Amino acid sequence: MIRFLIRRLALGVVVMWLITVAVFALFFIAPNDVARTLAGRQATPEVVASIQARLGLDQPLWRQYLDFVGNALHGNLGYDYYHGVPVTTIIAAALPITLSLAIGASVIWLLLGVSTGIVSAVKPRSIADRGLTVFALFFYSMPTFLLGLLLLLYLYFYLTLAGYSWFPPGGYVPLSQGVMPWAQHLILPWLTLALVLAATYTRLMRGSMLDVLGEDYIRTARAKGIRESRVIGRHAVRSALTPVVTQFGIDLGQLVGGVVVTETVFSLPGLGKTAIDAIGQQDFPVIIGIVLFASAAVVVANILVDIGYAVLDPRVRLH
Amino acid sequence: MTAPQPSPTVHVVGASDAEESPDERRIQGRSPWVLAWGRLRRDRIAMISLGVIVLIVLIAIFAPVFTLLTGHGPNDQYRLTGLSPQGLPVAPNHEFWLGTDDLGRDILVRIAYGARISLLVGIVATVITVAIGVVVGIAAGYFGGVVDTLLARLVDVVLSVPFLLVAIALVSITGPSLTVVILVIGLFSWASVARIVRGQVLSLREREFVEAARSLGASDTRIMFVDVLPNVLAPVIVYTSLLVPVVILTEATLSFLSLGLPPPTADWGGMISEAVPYYQTSWWFVIFPGAALLITTLAFNLFGDGVRDAFDPRSERLLQQ
Repeated sequence: MIRFLIRRLALGVVVMWLITVAVFALFFIAPNDVARTLAGRQATPEVVASIQARLGLDQPLWRQYLDFVGNALHGNLGYDYYHGVPVTTIIAAALPITLSLAIGASVIWLLLGVSTGIVSAVKPRSIADRGLTVFALFFYSMPTFLLGLLLLLYLYFYLTLAGYSWFPPGGYVPLSQGVMPWAQHLILPWLTLALVLAATYTRLMRGSMLDVLGEDYIRTARAKGIRESRVIGRHAVRSALTPVVTQFGIDLGQLVGGVVVTETVFSLPGLGKTAIDAIGQQDFPVIIGIVLFASAAVVVANILVDIGYAVLDPRVRLH
Repeated sequence: MTAPQPSPTVHVVGASDAEESPDERRIQGRSPWVLAWGRLRRDRIAMISLGVIVLIVLIAIFAPVFTLLTGHGPNDQYRLTGLSPQGLPVAPNHEFWLGTDDLGRDILVRIAYGARISLLVGIVATVITVAIGVVVGIAAGYFGGVVDTLLARLVDVVLSVPFLLVAIALVSITGPSLTVVILVIGLFSWASVARIVRGQVLSLREREFVEAARSLGASDTRIMFVDVLPNVLAPVIVYTSLLVPVVILTEATLSFLSLGLPPPTADWGGMISEAVPYYQTSWWFVIFPGAALLITTLAFNLFGDGVRDAFDPRSERLLQQ
């Protein structure tokens, strides 16, 4: 187990290193003239040069890269080009919103995906199974932003017109102002993200459950007279969950993408929307900081999922 | 600019005379490709989906016909007839069959032209993705050792980078354009293809026919692409058919985030993005482009599911007949 951990962590470090190189190459070697943009159209060459020196843009590339990695390791991601606010402060402000969205959506996503998968698998080819299949396929083909807009149109706008203002149109209320207002503002974004992602899991869980239900030990459990609900709940679901855990690790990267879109549709000022806004302003330190932070988060989350997987299934450790 | 026709069936039939599986049945001599095509042709849902896909392709090719029928160009703004006195989009009527957008442009005509972008990106980016993935996967699986380790790590990196964030960052540096969108999707999506191909090649390379080819003096390149490649085509075709809708969704998402094609190009994702401020007053502005996008991805997903079933009848189907 220790060897597995070391190998897994080493891989994570290599991946992170390659990501920093890629991000650095993308942003620092790519042709863009930030100093000139910042200095304004009528700036003299001296002003441009001084801004370049302040941002460290006049240093040789290898020096810039070392500074960049060194600073990032010290928790210094630079300052936003326009207001001089530390990027870490910007990330810290946006992170609770993104985490609220991502964690809440993940919970709904997994509960929905796993439970519908179980229902489908317990009675395959039943009406419920077919209905859930059509449902899953529909949401699998659905673009996240379109679903978000449709939920806004029907559950916010038409419902409010009809006199039921249950769902707000967007925005974020911090958890400190109460759980209910927080959850109420996030319910539509959660559903948007969760419904699209859950679709794959319905199918995955169904297939995995059907495989497990055909195993001998399930027959043994039934033969021993254990209640069917216990056979399903205790014996089958547990081992059927293994592929779902793997897939969840793989999909964390996809979750980041979904978060960006959902935050944009519901104007939630989380990491994704902050990054998109920064891109519009060519505010590179903010973009780089968020890309690095999000990549690191995905890498760490993947390691955690793999460790969890290794605990669940000892065979994994051998590879 | 004509969108290429997304018909894997052409590959299937064309490929059947190129290679014959050694274990084909002697009695009738039908190759696995012919068998797969036969199964696909009997698959009602897949054939209906294929019909829908062909229809969308025809709409894309003959988009100018909609201009002729309605008399509206895709970027023509009808400020008098296409906008209400308050300056809002006009609901569907006899002149604008699917209504107008915020600039008084005909949504029907723009949807028809938008189909070109979706299909073009969907197919070109998929081909690039699959080409990179196949080459990397075959090389990793065939050479093994250091090459395999390096390529496998590269695959891990590409898979763990939050694709959309880097993609939008890249697009923002280079500026939005069709080429960049296609390259971004192609450069970041190949890793899963490489993984699938590598797994197949790992076992294929130990087979006798590879040994035979090597003993006859065939070069590594020849073995990889003449002997091994045909044997991984079936899973690659299945994956390709399921990748097209994903790519179409990715392109629409980039356009929605204003990082796809620059305006005024008609593009489904971009149209929906323009509709966001108007969803309360003009439902048609959201619903029609959204429906076009959803129908397209649904058709490709159902068709891809049929293709998978045709090649591997034991696999788990999305929809039972």
